[in-house]
Amino acid sequence: MASLFRLPAAELTTSCRPIFLPGEVERCLLPGVDLESDGSDRPTPLLPFQSSLLVLTSHRLVFIDEASASALEISLPSIIHIYPLKKSMSIRSMFASPRVAISNDGTISEKGTKSTVITLVMRGKNMDPDVFYGRFMEVIRAREWELTASANQGNTGLEGSSSGTRVNDLKITMPVVGVSGILRKEQESWESTDKSLQDAFQDLNALMSKAKEMVQLAEKMRQKLLATGSNSQSNSNDEETVSKQDMQDWLLIVGIASPVTKETAGALYHQQLSRQLADFVKVPLEKAGGMITLVDVYCLFNRARGTELISPEDLLQACALWEKFDVPVMLRKFDSGVKVIQNKTHSDDEVFARISSLAQKPDALRKGISPSDAAFTLGIAPALAKEHLLSAENRGLLCRDVSAEGLRFYINLFNEIDSANIYLIKSHGLLNAWVLATTVSC
Amino acid sequence: MQKLGEFKLPPFFNYPPYFTLQPVKETREKQVQLWKDLILDFCKNQKIFVISLEEDFSLFSNPAIERSLSHEAKVVFLSALVNDGRAEWMDKGHKKCLILWLRIQDWADYILRFVRDNGLEDGVMTVEDIRSGFETRGTELAGIDRGVLIRALKLLEQKGKAVIFKGSSADDEGVKFSA
Repeated sequence: MASLFRLPAAELTTSCRPIFLPGEVERCLLPGVDLESDGSDRPTPLLPFQSSLLVLTSHRLVFIDEASASALEISLPSIIHIYPLKKSMSIRSMFASPRVAISNDGTISEKGTKSTVITLVMRGKNMDPDVFYGRFMEVIRAREWELTASANQGNTGLEGSSSGTRVNDLKITMPVVGVSGILRKEQESWESTDKSLQDAFQDLNALMSKAKEMVQLAEKMRQKLLATGSNSQSNSNDEETVSKQDMQDWLLIVGIASPVTKETAGALYHQQLSRQLADFVKVPLEKAGGMITLVDVYCLFNRARGTELISPEDLLQACALWEKFDVPVMLRKFDSGVKVIQNKTHSDDEVFARISSLAQKPDALRKGISPSDAAFTLGIAPALAKEHLLSAENRGLLCRDVSAEGLRFYINLFNEIDSANIYLIKSHGLLNAWVLATTVSC
Repeated sequence: MQKLGEFKLPPFFNYPPYFTLQPVKETREKQVQLWKDLILDFCKNQKIFVISLEEDFSLFSNPAIERSLSHEAKVVFLSALVNDGRAEWMDKGHKKCLILWLRIQDWADYILRFVRDNGLEDGVMTVEDIRSGFETRGTELAGIDRGVLIRALKLLEQKGKAVIFKGSSADDEGVKFSA
């Protein structure tokens, strides 16, 4: 993938999610973004980056090309100017993609310190560009990358350059002893709560006024939609006739899902969740020996997320999406209905080999294996151990024994018995081993 | 080697899964085959003709390993014998099963061979004689189930090898064999 201005490459996980810097938080996702240069990369113009997934974080803009699993980044500190969002207001060109031009401080240009303008062309249909723009401005204003930088410097004791003086801004220490200290702390927390409530309400006010506009717009659209729906297919003059499809697309752009395409709204959320889940699940999988029940993943994942919990349906959908992209994990359903997540490299045969050898030990020959025995020896959860034993039974490796002691499994000796000669025990076979193990105890 | 009466039990009789109905098809087929053969061998050895599911049957449990066949398992194995023509249900409720460790046809052949070997053609014997009389002592015919015997004789009658007729007493029947 040819890169623009040799923008620095961003690191991705194996599931095409960005690897975040310490303290970096994701703020907004926008699919279908093209990058265009301003032409100052001539005389050798480079191809623009197309149709990438833009991830806005508190520190960077990351452009991910999922097809090639590569990404580029623009660090926010290097942006010196953001041009206003360009959208034409005439009805036809409402389709032209909104653009945001940002000029960099030239650190990324191969030609030196000249500043360059990069245009982000938003072709994705499902996201309101105004929302992105708003978030973008917020993030630039917040300058969170400075907080992290100074925190790091404070921690490691490195000599900073000019930003060394910022360390003190954050650490406002005042005496906190005694009752006055407690009171002061309470006061501070009350004040900060108050402030954030105010901010929130401001946002809410803005939201409410927008909402009114939205509702009016939606009503107008709906009227138009109903009106055109009852017309026949006469499209004599397509410059003026607005088709029903256009109407539905407009509704999507302003963020109102139309009844027909409800499934596509939110598709991006599931995709990103799916990738995030694939990354998260790696460590627990290692610990659990390559296979973990879906229920366990649900608990672990939600616990890690803290807030913004996901529902079981979301989890299932996220796993189902794995088939569509190249991640090293997969969802698997056993005959009993138990669902697990396992590494694609997981080999059933390897597990069966271990079970088989466990079942041929003298103790197992005498008394069989219970699911908890297998769990203990194989180092996996009892529910999974039972699944493995059942699978081994299905393969003809084991036989079940149901008794007052419960369900146990023995190595399958039926195959060793010659029906024509039922008293025969070959001297070096499995049957012989079993006879030896069992007669000793008798 | 374990024994049940005079019968030598095979080694796998002590294998606990042998007494649990196996769910996996191939394993089940092998298990059923072993049980069918074992039931026939045991019944032949012990001269057992009827297995009643309402009573304990010594072959169906192994106290040494504390395992017994479930009712379902017994029905499965006996039904398999019925399907093979080696057994018959005696009642609609499938509570009693007649075990034909020799088929009726085999019995008929056996009787015929016995008659020839002992020069009893053109002779007359009562059914009871055949079952418990002196001549048949030590042969398979000793202690044969009465119903089975009658059916075998009837088969011979159809082939023209014997004639059954009512005897002097009300219950007893006689048979005249022909060469």
